This record gives sequence, C-alpha cells and structure tokens, in this order.
Amino acid sequence: MKTLTKDYPLQLSGDDSPIVRFQNVTKRYGELVVLDALDLDVAEGEMVTIIGPSGSGKTTVLRMLMALEKIDDGVIYVNGEPMTHMEKNGALVRASKKHLRQQRTNIGMCFQHFNLFPHMTALENCIEAPIQVLGLSKKEACQRAEELLDMVGMLEKCHEHPARLSGGQKQRVAIARSLAMRPKVMLFDEVTSALDPEVIGEVTQVIRKLVAKHNLTMLMVTHQMGFAKEISDRVCFFFDGKIEEQGSSSQLFDNPQKERTQQFLSAVLEAG
Amino acid sequence: MFDWRWEFVWQILPRLLEATGNTLLAAGFGYVIALVLGLVFALAQRSHFKPLTFATRETVEFIRSTPLVLQIFFVFYVGPQFGIMLSPWTAGMIAIGLHYASYLSEVYRAGIDSVPKGQWEAAMSLSLGPVRTYSKIIIPQAIPTAFAGMGNYLVGIFKDTPMLSVIGVAELMHTANSIGSEYYRFLEPYTMVGIIFLLISLPTASLLRRTEDRIRKKIGLRSR
Repeated sequence: MKTLTKDYPLQLSGDDSPIVRFQNVTKRYGELVVLDALDLDVAEGEMVTIIGPSGSGKTTVLRMLMALEKIDDGVIYVNGEPMTHMEKNGALVRASKKHLRQQRTNIGMCFQHFNLFPHMTALENCIEAPIQVLGLSKKEACQRAEELLDMVGMLEKCHEHPARLSGGQKQRVAIARSLAMRPKVMLFDEVTSALDPEVIGEVTQVIRKLVAKHNLTMLMVTHQMGFAKEISDRVCFFFDGKIEEQGSSSQLFDNPQKERTQQFLSAVLEAG
Repeated sequence: MFDWRWEFVWQILPRLLEATGNTLLAAGFGYVIALVLGLVFALAQRSHFKPLTFATRETVEFIRSTPLVLQIFFVFYVGPQFGIMLSPWTAGMIAIGLHYASYLSEVYRAGIDSVPKGQWEAAMSLSLGPVRTYSKIIIPQAIPTAFAGMGNYLVGIFKDTPMLSVIGVAELMHTANSIGSEYYRFLEPYTMVGIIFLLISLPTASLLRRTEDRIRKKIGLRSR
C-alpha cells in the first residue's frame, strides 16, 4: 500500500468546515491523469455544478466521491471524516470496505443510465437499501419510499417494473431511490443526458424542487448550461483534470475570465 | 434378420422402468451437487483473494479438460488406495457432480458477467454489502442468461448417467447390459433405453425453454 505523500488532517472540525473536501486528489488510468491534485470544498447546502469538455474529469469527480473507484493520491473528506481513508494509530490508511460502505451512506448518486434494478418494481427499488442497510422495517421503508415517489410524481406507478417506465420516469424513481437513504450529499451524473428532450423538464423540475425545499448539498455534472446557470450556487469549469475556473453562475457564464472557459462556453452556446 | 420380439419387450420393461428411476435419481442428485458446487466455484473465481481464484480456475480447467469416465474410474478405483472407500453411488455422484459443477461455474460466470456494470455501481452507491448485492441484485439478473446453459447441462448430465454403469451403478445402461448378457438379446433392451432417454429428454428440453421465457417475463426483463 502506498503511503500518503503529504500530511492530511485526521478529521475536519470547526463550524465552517466543508461537508465535502477534495484535498490533493489524483486519479490516473495508466498514464492518463484524469484528476490532477484536485482541491475542492463544498459547503453544506451548496449546489455546485461541474461543466467542462468530455475527458476533463468531471464525471470522475463524482465517481471518486461515491468511492466507486480508488483514488491514487490525496484524501476525500465527507461530513468532516475521511472517506477514502480511515484513522489507524494516529495516521490515515486506505479505507476498508466496511468503512467505505459506512461512509457511502452519507452520499446518494443518480446515474446517466439510471441503473434501476430491472427485476424490482419502482417501490421495491426504493425500499431495498433502507431495509438492508439502514435497518428500517418494511412498513417504515414503504412509507418513506411512497412519500418520495409522491414527491417525484411517481406514486401512481410505484408497482411498475422499470421496463414499463419512460426514461424520465426511470430517472425520477432513481432520484427517489437515492433520497430514501437520507443522504447528506446528492450527486447527479449527467442525469438528463440519456433522456429524450421532451422529458428532460420532468427531471430538472424534481431537482429544482430539491434545491428549493431541502437543505441538501448537491454536486451535478451536466451539459445543460441554461439549467446549470439557473440553479447553481457555484459553477466549476473543469479542464484537463483541474478546475480551470470557478465562480457564481453569473460570474462564470456572463463574465468568464479564462480563455478556455470563454472558448468552451461560446462553443456549447453556439451548438444551442 | 430383423427379429423384434414384443413379448421380450414386455418381459424386460419392468426392470428397465425400475432402472429408469435410478437414472433419474442419479441425474437429479448429481445436478443438485453440480448446481451448488458450481456456484461456489463461480464465486470463488471472482474472489479478491488471489490464491483462491487461481486454485479454483486451475481445478475447473483440469476437470473440464479430462474425460468424465476417467474421473469416475479415478474416484472409485484410486480412492481406496488412499483409504477412501466409496460405494459406486457415492463415487459416481461425486465424480459427475464435480464434473458438471465445473461446467456450470462457467455458465454462472457468463450470467454474472452479463449483468451491466451500472447495477454493481448502483448497489455500491446504496451501500449494499456483498452478500445482499449478489443475492438480491446480481444473481436474480444473472439467472435468465444462465438458465439456458443450466438447462442444457441438466439434459447433459441425464444423458451422461450411463457412464456410471462402468462402476456398477444400476441405472438404465447397466440394466440393459445385464439383460443382454442374460438372454443374449441386445436389440430390444438397447432400443428401449434409447426410447426412454428420448421420452424424457425431449419434453424436458421444451419445458425448460418455456420456463426460461416465463422467468424473463416474471422478473421484468424482455423475453428473447
């Protein structure tokens, strides 16, 4: 096991400590450096959108935070505690599977291709993990799932299998499934990219609702610049595994400072 | 030349039917062993513990690359030299169960590999543990893909039970041989054995096909 190249705090404390911190996070696929010593803090309740050209590492940020893959260097902290690592005899060592499972309960993730369990109904999709992982009774889990399915407008179809749902409906169920774990941080990985244009609105509407009514921290990767501009507290423009530029959505979209940001934005806006 | 004697057929039929029971029993027992052991092999090959993965893969390769009849002889005749005395039935079940387990492990593996990566990631993102992930998410989706192969090997193991006759398990082939050597007539017993095998194999295969479709529908996957 490789030891960490620098000193990292064993935990984050203080009232202003971020709910998510990437500290010096590096991820390589062979020779290719996908994330290059990334530092990123996200405050509780903040909505951060990540934009950038393909291959810039934006989806990787979310995948690392969900701990779907191992990082090569650095530490990710969630809720003050190290996620990718854990304390052992006063030092940080790589997280065990159990520690990762525990830490993942703080985070919910929605995927581009929904990844609903096809052999379960919408409701069963939403109660499986709350029962197995959080130890809820079936009754409690069903009640929680029904509330959430109602919020995303899918209560009527709660006994349907995913094969009988449209893309937008599947994504709304997937959002409810993640929320049923009561995560502190929600990750949206290009959740509208696989959808037909006419159903994108039903998914963005659900995200709007979450922003308005719940104090959830959210990280979103998207290609929908209009939606990103409207909803984000902060927008990060990624280029080559680094944050090239970040700022409030009006700063970044209306008055980008860096040349690469300007080029990217004019290219995507031209494409419509 | 063609001298088919019906009265001889009726005379030997009860013995053949009794032996059919043994054949079905051998196929059934052997298949259950193969199903369970095959899953163990398949999961062991996916383990992160490298020596276990390696040992299992080599064992499976070894069993698949040597003839079943040799394995049957080996378990039955070589075992006693090491103090392992097994009845023909036990030795036969171990040999045929192991043999088909190694084939079924490949079927399971293909089934598990057919489940999209996103399903693992979704299970991971919901913090489901390995046991739950396999039992509730992955295996239920792997079964429809694996089912066709599993069915083929059920028919396969049934058709391979005559090999147990070489160590004296009183199944159909063994009984037909005995009848032949008692009466010096082989046409009727062997023909009857063939017909009995056909009468069982064909309906089983068609039942399996229909069941496969039903399973796919039931778990909400498209039928092929």
